[in-house]
Amino acid sequence: MSGILAAPKNLRRRRTQSAVFRWLCLSLTWLCLVLLAVLLVHATREGLPWLDWQFLTDFPSRFPERAGIRSALMGTLWVIGFTALFSIPFGVAAAIYLEEYAERTRVSSMIEVSIANLAGVPSIVYGILGLALFVRWLALGRSVLAGALTLSLMVLPVIIISSREAMRAVPGSIRRASYALGATKWQTVRHHVLPAALPGILTGTILALSRAIGETAPLIMIGALTYVAFVPQGPMDAFTALPIQIFNWVSRPQEDFHALAAAAIVVLLAVLLLMNAVAVIIRIRTQGPRS
Amino acid sequence: MTAVEFEMTGPATGDLRRRSSRRWKEEGIKGMLFICALLSVAVTVGIVLVLSTETVLFFREVPIGDFLFGKVWAPLLAPKHFGVLPLLAGSFLIVIGAGAIGLPVGLATAIYLSEYAGGRTRTIAKPVLEILAGIPTVVYGYFALTFVTPLLRGVFPTTGVFNAASASIVVGIMILPMVASLCDDALRAVPASLRQGAYALGATPFEVSVRVVVPGALSGIVASFVLALSRAIGETMAVTIAAGATPKLTANPLESIQTMTAYIVQVSLGDTPTGTTEYYTIFAVGALLFVITLLANLLAIRILRRFREVYE
Repeated sequence: MSGILAAPKNLRRRRTQSAVFRWLCLSLTWLCLVLLAVLLVHATREGLPWLDWQFLTDFPSRFPERAGIRSALMGTLWVIGFTALFSIPFGVAAAIYLEEYAERTRVSSMIEVSIANLAGVPSIVYGILGLALFVRWLALGRSVLAGALTLSLMVLPVIIISSREAMRAVPGSIRRASYALGATKWQTVRHHVLPAALPGILTGTILALSRAIGETAPLIMIGALTYVAFVPQGPMDAFTALPIQIFNWVSRPQEDFHALAAAAIVVLLAVLLLMNAVAVIIRIRTQGPRS
Repeated sequence: MTAVEFEMTGPATGDLRRRSSRRWKEEGIKGMLFICALLSVAVTVGIVLVLSTETVLFFREVPIGDFLFGKVWAPLLAPKHFGVLPLLAGSFLIVIGAGAIGLPVGLATAIYLSEYAGGRTRTIAKPVLEILAGIPTVVYGYFALTFVTPLLRGVFPTTGVFNAASASIVVGIMILPMVASLCDDALRAVPASLRQGAYALGATPFEVSVRVVVPGALSGIVASFVLALSRAIGETMAVTIAAGATPKLTANPLESIQTMTAYIVQVSLGDTPTGTTEYYTIFAVGALLFVITLLANLLAIRILRRFREVYE
């Protein structure tokens, strides 16, 4: 630094203060990484000894050494399959309406406000809604269908918000070019906007569904059973799911069941990481050529 | 209808007919999309209707004053008491603890990411935060019970097997990525020219961050705090697993407590018959929870609109 100008007297103190602050922020940022590592290592170390083929194919049992997650895994597949079936068409359709069609009317701003609020409603409240609406009122009972409908309502705002963002990123020039060739609104949306926004919509949808897979509270509310020794055969069957099974095992006092919970957590996290990886790959692959 | 339609032949009568049928199709599609969009309003209305009708049934049996201001919550044991304050206190104990951990760490992470970090650190830190945000709450519950609680018991031997502190810690970790990513967005929206101006006046990086950038992004930061605390109050599984099932008015985080959400889970796990007062407590407590989170969310939206610094 220049020696001609006299440095302010407090410069040394301010520099130290600044360096300390930087290190504080840096170490707190690394703390996040450390926390994630500790969490993963802890679960893996506890659960790995129990994780084998038999654990995946056996039904839950009173005896830890014979217990498995077959019914939970299959239940999760059933519920998420139906959740995707319900939530994706409705979510994307709502997003298309709001992004491409809606004029600035009272109704559309009401829809916007309600989506913003629904995104912040605790998942257990969706469970209460599912219990009253699907289990009791529509008399679906404690079935796969009731669970899937409940989770669909929960992920709907997430899918709408991310699909809208994806469609907003499609340049207006594409729409205008399509109109210029005489295409109607729907033709423009169907053949140009949707294909261009598809990667973004897919990424958002995968992340939303991965959130639904790990969701426990709403399923407990609608009465997903904690002990199920069968695989659901249809949408009206009772079911259990991976997070429910984990909750069941964690709430028991015996250490062995905690280890089983850890093993199931490893499976659950593996599924979620896989889905996240797919979403990230879609994002990276489609980000390249644009701009 | 085919995908490509070039109408080069001029307005023949067949064309006109096709145009009108096309218009009907267009309108029909628009109507269907509109109905799908209305679904979200229907869900909101559904939540409000379900919670209010069942809560009214509850208040027919229990006076609303007893519910809101009663200091004992014992709906399943005789003599029954329906004072919600202990559950509310439990929830707020968790929120305070989680906020004390999640908010400062989240903000510091955001400051580091937006003000200091190079592209390389961001490419590591961002996915880490995303993964932390995506871990299911039941996993955090397991982590609290089998990792954090033994650790706490090592330091404070009086800690219960179930305690508010360990649940608060993991809920704090849970809201951290949300705070970090929302604050990061807010900080990055502050224009670079403000930073450059401050540096030109001889400010240190600390002074630029804390006296210029953070105040410039204050509305976004406060809104993210409110949203995160609202998330913490609605958090269910971690507090059900780790914080216990003992509704009581206490400020001691090392004791077992019960939150509103944990109570709702407890009742729905048992076999409380439909139509009893105990059954309606789910809806009354759920309605209270819904109102609190709704107010918090509306507050966050308002803060963002009202106090936003608009940079051009």
